[in-house]
Amino acid sequence: MASSLTVAVASGKGGTGKTTVSANLARAAAEAGHDVFYLDCDVEEPNGHLFLKPYLGRRYPVHIPVPFIDMEKCISCGACGEICQYSAIVCINKHVLTFEKMCHGCGGCALVCPTGAISEKGREIGVVEEGRAGRIAFLHGKLNVGEAMSPPLIKEVRSAGRHGTLNIIDAPPGTSCPVIAAVKGAGFVLLVTEPTPFGLNDLGLAVEMVRTLGIPHGVVVNRHDSENSLARDFCRAKGLKILAEIPDDRRVAEAYSRGDLAFSSVPGYRERFFALLDAVEKEA
Amino acid sequence: MKEIVVISGKGGTGKTSLVASLAVLAGKVVLADCDVDAADLHLVLAPQVKSVSGFTGGKKANILADRCNGCGKCFEVCRFGAVVRQEGRRPVYLIDPIACEGCGVCSYFCPEKAVEFKPALNGQWYISDTRCGPMVHARLGVAEENSGKLVTLVRNQARMIAEEEGLPYIIVDGPPGIGCPVIATITGADAALVVTEPTVSGEHDLARVAELAGHFKVPVYLCINKYDINPAMAKKMEEDALSRGIRLAGKIRYDRSVTGAQLSGAAVVEFSGGPVAGDIRNMWKELVKYLNTSEER
Repeated sequence: MASSLTVAVASGKGGTGKTTVSANLARAAAEAGHDVFYLDCDVEEPNGHLFLKPYLGRRYPVHIPVPFIDMEKCISCGACGEICQYSAIVCINKHVLTFEKMCHGCGGCALVCPTGAISEKGREIGVVEEGRAGRIAFLHGKLNVGEAMSPPLIKEVRSAGRHGTLNIIDAPPGTSCPVIAAVKGAGFVLLVTEPTPFGLNDLGLAVEMVRTLGIPHGVVVNRHDSENSLARDFCRAKGLKILAEIPDDRRVAEAYSRGDLAFSSVPGYRERFFALLDAVEKEA
Repeated sequence: MKEIVVISGKGGTGKTSLVASLAVLAGKVVLADCDVDAADLHLVLAPQVKSVSGFTGGKKANILADRCNGCGKCFEVCRFGAVVRQEGRRPVYLIDPIACEGCGVCSYFCPEKAVEFKPALNGQWYISDTRCGPMVHARLGVAEENSGKLVTLVRNQARMIAEEEGLPYIIVDGPPGIGCPVIATITGADAALVVTEPTVSGEHDLARVAELAGHFKVPVYLCINKYDINPAMAKKMEEDALSRGIRLAGKIRYDRSVTGAQLSGAAVVEFSGGPVAGDIRNMWKELVKYLNTSEER
């Protein structure tokens, strides 16, 4: 691949096979000779490493800025509490209290403080780990347990994407802020679904999301069953292109349970993921 | 009254299918669908909507073009990349509503008062009737924020209904992950039923979600779904859980009738009288036994 391409793999519903598709696609692309960078943005529950088994060399914490009060300078004017939309800083009886976990790091309190009593310090929300799995460069974020604020960590992982590389983004489930942070700016989104009422309901929501963002997209139907045409009917009705159908195959489920890639361990799947790679390159 | 929240860490392990079956087995309950990003429980329980309300979780900025003098202060203070600068003879500034975090800093510092900062409609929530009892559910607008606040609202409404109607159980269908909406779902619940599967991902994610529940002091009960996909791993997960003080509520076998039930809009225990329904019944009995022997919180 001469130019850069960023493909995000998303789904709406959880457990449809985002990581299966991302990891197998990454391996297929690496074998086809591409430089591949795998960015696991599902920072609440990152799983890509369980399948690609990278050697992780570098690890660094990610912080968001939170207020730090110098009480010597504070005149208890209350301006900080007034500007804060997140109840993360309040001024009561000449005391300023901060609730760091509520803070979104907007910096408003520090800007508004008339005496310069508020500076900012970092609060760790998670870590980034970086490494390689053969030809695949690998990076994931791990949100600290008990931490609510995932988008800044996702943005950090996302920003590592490189030029001249096929960047594959394993996105979190859902349709709200964490997913937006993961897929925004991608050149193409692969939406992974399964042919069930839950899978397709949530595919509908995910399609609304990518259309709102204006990103080209295609569908991968996982656990496809030739007797069930729900996904094909749904995609036809919504004008969505199906790029691959992965059969409902117990061997794939078993390989997954062990942490093996279907691409390398189940006969016939090399060809399927090479075909998906071709389809993505044509569409994107 | 007991509030049982069903969570999983990893998505797609069977939370919603299980919640529907537990609701049927419990008789009359209050249901709360807290997976406000991608709600699916309504596809099985076919709620008759009784009331619809708008949800406003926060505010959003909007630049009034006729008042803007193009000074760029908003662009300078926004940390979320939500102020977009369009170059021209005179630069024009616009707010990207998807990127806007609702902090209001741009509005506060605008010298021309050209940035309005108003409550935004982020979604809707509903009170409905189902064959298993009242249900509170919601829909967060696509690409919206504040899922945690909406989850809290849904849970509070469910609790009010349970108290008013004197119903013994609230069953909560939770979101995947361990972040903001999950924290809002489990805080203060009587029990967390964690549904996992015997896969490397299921095992990895179980450890994180169980740690989260422990952090918020919510007792954890484990359900291993599709245990027979990898029996050796299921056994290992069960042993690991027991050693960490997590009790096993039950194991459910892999059965295609679970998908069959979903396709016909029924709970598994309504659709099938087979062994998989038996597994779910046994698990509910265990869970009730645990809940009634644990102290009132």
